[in-house]
Amino acid sequence: MRQEQDPDHAAETIPATEAAATTEAIPAPETTPTTEATARTEPSEPPEPSELGTSPEPTESTDTSGPAVSIESTDTSESVDPIESVSFSLSGASAGFVRATPVALGVAGYGIVFGVLSGQAGLSAAEATLMSATVLAGAAQLVAVELWADPVPALAVVGTTLVVNLRYLLMGAALRPWFGRLSPAQAYASVFFTADENWALTMGELRSGSGRGAFLLGSGLAIWTFWVLATLLGATAGGVIDDPARFGLDFVLTAVFLTLAVDLWEGRSSLLPWACAAVVAAVSAHHLPGYWYVLCGGLTGSLVEAARHDE
Amino acid sequence: MSDLDPTLVVILAMSVTTYATKAGGLWLLGRIDLSDRAATALRALPGAIVVSLLVPELARAGLPGWTAAAAVLAVARRTDSVLLALAVGTGAVVSLRFLL
Repeated sequence: MRQEQDPDHAAETIPATEAAATTEAIPAPETTPTTEATARTEPSEPPEPSELGTSPEPTESTDTSGPAVSIESTDTSESVDPIESVSFSLSGASAGFVRATPVALGVAGYGIVFGVLSGQAGLSAAEATLMSATVLAGAAQLVAVELWADPVPALAVVGTTLVVNLRYLLMGAALRPWFGRLSPAQAYASVFFTADENWALTMGELRSGSGRGAFLLGSGLAIWTFWVLATLLGATAGGVIDDPARFGLDFVLTAVFLTLAVDLWEGRSSLLPWACAAVVAAVSAHHLPGYWYVLCGGLTGSLVEAARHDE
Repeated sequence: MSDLDPTLVVILAMSVTTYATKAGGLWLLGRIDLSDRAATALRALPGAIVVSLLVPELARAGLPGWTAAAAVLAVARRTDSVLLALAVGTGAVVSLRFLL
């Protein structure tokens, strides 16, 4: 679920994720590359005047000739609290739903693949659909299907799910400046619908100053709907195939991970941690039982990246 | 407890675990400060895990698998289209197994 074809989104994911690493309790608009904020603000519709009206500089809100400029200056001004009021409205949710729908179509492609593969792994269509509906984490679900066997290696599957999803901690933390303004019920219901794609869209939306607190929920519902339906479709259609190797289906999961790797590749800086991860995974796959190599390799790559963080 | 379906238990555990990470960032990181170094480590995890999964997989893939893997990488990098990359890779592995 991490991938999709929209080049706009691909370009925006990287700075957004980058910013997530530096975003703690402070929204810190200056850590966001201004080009991103401008690119996001100009083509999309400006926030409604009523929302802008709460701006600390009242002169700004009356200047309708240059909304993008006024938003920029509001965001980067020295005010103690750059965040406007955050609403939780149906209009915010439906804006999110509409904006995420093209992305969700890309997610659906993955959902079909996941559905087919989960059938090969021994999950029923109902079980695969249930997993998509309740877990809603594409990369973790694909990894789980890779590890799935009979009997289910429960510890390996759940443990790897946890480790693959640890990045959500950062993504949730990045939402804090805005979600802190929502009621706990609104905030904690919304984060269930966090996926890589709609999180990136939501961060762009919130940074633009629209104050649409329901955007994550709405965009997440679009992702969730397509992901669940596509899983059901893939799992049902995949059940018809009786000899997977004949259609190369045994290779599809490898190919899926290759495309995930292409997506996660951050340029030359990924080379060292990935090479270390690969070596440790190869050695531990040889010497350790079960799926420990996944955790050994994954943690090695992560630690190598952390160790050279200072440069 | 013995009549619980292990598949359903694992799916439930996966969903609880995943929700804990999604909500945990919102809840926990308002209370403790995560260092930049720790954030970097967390961000590097998914890529490293994907690589770790791929290594033994590719090690036993043989020549058809290796060639198809190279094709998947090339198409995914050039076109950004996952489905096209998967189609090319699967087509390659099927035809190469037939030929080799």
